[in-house]
Amino acid sequence: VVTTISKLTKMCVLRLTPDNLFFVLSGKVANGGVSMWCELSQLSVYPPSMQANFFDEYQMEGVSSEDNEICLEVTPENLSRALKTVQSAKTVKVKLTKKHCPCLTIAAELPTLSSVSRVVTHDVPVDVIPRRLWHEFKEPSMPDFDVSIYLPPLKTMKNVVDRMKNLSNFLVMEANLNGEMNLKIETDLVSVTTHFRDLGNPPWGDDASQDGGPSQRDLEAMAQARVDIRKLQQFLMGQQVNPSKAMCNIVHESVVHLILLHEDVSLQYFIPAVA
Amino acid sequence: MPLSTQSQAEDEQYVLVASLDNARNLSNILRAIAFKDHAIFSATPNGLKVTVEDCKCLQANAFIQAEIFQEFTIKEDLVGFQVNLTVLLDCLNIFGGSTVPGVSTALRMCYRGYGYPLTLFLEEGGVVTVCKINTQEPEEPIDFDFCSANVTNKVILLSESLKEAFSELDMTSEVLQITMSPSQPYFRLSTFGNSGNAHYDYPKDSEMMELFRCTQTQTNRYKMSLLKPSTKALALSCKVSVRTDSRGFLSLQYLVRNDDGQICFVEYYCCPDEEVED
Repeated sequence: VVTTISKLTKMCVLRLTPDNLFFVLSGKVANGGVSMWCELSQLSVYPPSMQANFFDEYQMEGVSSEDNEICLEVTPENLSRALKTVQSAKTVKVKLTKKHCPCLTIAAELPTLSSVSRVVTHDVPVDVIPRRLWHEFKEPSMPDFDVSIYLPPLKTMKNVVDRMKNLSNFLVMEANLNGEMNLKIETDLVSVTTHFRDLGNPPWGDDASQDGGPSQRDLEAMAQARVDIRKLQQFLMGQQVNPSKAMCNIVHESVVHLILLHEDVSLQYFIPAVA
Repeated sequence: MPLSTQSQAEDEQYVLVASLDNARNLSNILRAIAFKDHAIFSATPNGLKVTVEDCKCLQANAFIQAEIFQEFTIKEDLVGFQVNLTVLLDCLNIFGGSTVPGVSTALRMCYRGYGYPLTLFLEEGGVVTVCKINTQEPEEPIDFDFCSANVTNKVILLSESLKEAFSELDMTSEVLQITMSPSQPYFRLSTFGNSGNAHYDYPKDSEMMELFRCTQTQTNRYKMSLLKPSTKALALSCKVSVRTDSRGFLSLQYLVRNDDGQICFVEYYCCPDEEVED
């Protein structure tokens, strides 16, 4: 998970609550208006016998009993690098410590040829975010979208978007309630449109219906948004695992909201539309 | 919008329609001549010829016969247009050029005529991409006036042998010198670079030499920068014919086998470097 996020953004906020871990990036101008929300559930949805939690031991104490959370600013790449080196460890402990500055200390017991284990410690510096700024990192609400649709296989999307990036800086994403999605680019030299069909629409997508249910004409109406190709490409590049569910909500000419679900992790990515 | 269900009526308006089950059979060969952005397309009932030129000194042609295509319909004797080759190649590879066996991109290339864009329909795994590439007035390709009658020296080599030599060529040398002669050294490639001079000799009875027909001793120099793009064609080919004429002009003809084992040709024409009189 951390590796995926490190591909999406240089800095983000790690929010810890008793039940969940969140990686958040809020849509500031500095990152082109893109925002991201990634949620890891510590308490598994499945009964304990079926699935282990992320952590065998998870203890946290927030700022106070009302605000039982901790917010830290981290550089996910540092965290990812530290975690990579301890992949083969027997046990891993992550602690929030205070050395010369606050750190996430990752202590791992690595197997060695002899019977004595090696202990490796990584200190990843973090910044504690004061409570008054916590409102910036609240869970985003589902936007009032015009169309919701399941994404085509991410690998195919990535291949096409990679090539389109050579031809244009901007891409138009459009989709309708009939399971159709098009990716379009248009420049002086060339126009390219890729048509995906039979994608299926998630059940909640019927919100936009009028009384009597959506008519055939409504089903085919496209909602579209013009986005910076690099942002879309960044999102596609980061996906290492095939998600169990991948969806996209489009608010016509406003924002593209991408949602990936995989086991206990959900990742939401918002790309604003440009003129 | 599967490619096969395009209606007859729609087809009527196209002056050229060419279809391939595997777009790689076109994109691979075009990449062998893609050293400049623009390419001149000439289609005749015999097939497709794509020309790329550089500085009026170098010309590369790729020939894809009509038989290579699954469908090749042309309504006029000659259809010509010019497109941006880089853009065309990006479109042909829009699905990322997967190397999964059995999966290929199908192509349908359609052209309505003067002033219309070149339309490509590409399909892979049920996903269809439509590309409309703007065309320009085709420039007249240079006629290098290279005819068989004036050919003084000709050799045909198996590409394997030349590939090794070309990959080791000293790139600090500004020119590549080619010597062809009925006597020693028969066929020699020479470079003059920073680390010294290098010579690659191919004796006329070498097993790599399929044909050796040299009538006079000729030494010609060609700018290395002009010949460098030809290495792409060499990499794809199995045989190459090297010919020079009385003026010292060079013709390289490459025999290329595509994914399906069919044969296409790529040729390069190059002017000798005029600064050096040998």
